[in-house]
Amino acid sequence: MKIIAALLLGVVFALGLGLSGMTRPEVVLGFLDFAGAWNPALMFVMCSAIPVFLISWKLRPGPRPLLGGAWPDVVRHDLDRQVLLGSALFGIGWGLAGVCPGPAITILGRPTAGAAIFVACMLAGMFAYRLLDARRAMQDPA
Amino acid sequence: MDIETLKGPLLGGLMIGAATGGWFLLTGKTAGCSGAIYGVMVGERGEAAWKFAFLFGLLLGGVGLALYMPSALPESIHSSYVLIAASGLLVGLGTRMAGGCTSGHGVCGIGRLSRRSIVATCTFMATAAATVFIARHVAGA
Repeated sequence: MKIIAALLLGVVFALGLGLSGMTRPEVVLGFLDFAGAWNPALMFVMCSAIPVFLISWKLRPGPRPLLGGAWPDVVRHDLDRQVLLGSALFGIGWGLAGVCPGPAITILGRPTAGAAIFVACMLAGMFAYRLLDARRAMQDPA
Repeated sequence: MDIETLKGPLLGGLMIGAATGGWFLLTGKTAGCSGAIYGVMVGERGEAAWKFAFLFGLLLGGVGLALYMPSALPESIHSSYVLIAASGLLVGLGTRMAGGCTSGHGVCGIGRLSRRSIVATCTFMATAAATVFIARHVAGA
């Protein structure tokens, strides 16, 4: 049940990305180009996605989630070097090609060399983080 | 900019919100894309199966778009392969270090009013805009 739901919601997510323009790198780069012919359309994706998520976050019908488990009660407000440096690096990467992780998978629906190279290197980058993180954990076991 | 051009982004955003919000109501969990990819890659116990299904859905949706709305997907990415490779590496490394991407911090994080995610989103928006500025207006094509 959970697996089918995740699959269907993945499809809905992908169609949402496609309708919104997030799967078109030139639209994404146009949105990030504040000094050029700025295209603000993608701002409205967040403007409609965030409130919908916020409503479900606040709503929480019933004592536990519909398919079981528990409602989380921790929201992180802390800041550290990891989140700042990581986000900065992610943004540089996003600005270079106009592709972020979700759309990267969806654009594989129309396979191109560029999309394949992007996803392969994204996986390599995640793997590199895993190695770095393991080394850090060994040096600093706290 | 008129209402016609905003229809796609607004409706698309609603669907993205419905997918992430729906998953939260069903399971109490948040579905960020970079976290799903990483969870599958490392075989996260108890999580990898649904994350794989979610990613498979993202791909299936892409196949659907390719068939019925091909203009939504790029014919090619207009950057050199070297730039695309560098971009992929930075996106992979950065999103894992930060613990989220456009969906995890941008939608689900801001959507629960997390200060950590709001700062993360402002940070990646700022460095992305700076990168585009340098690429287009300084290094200039």
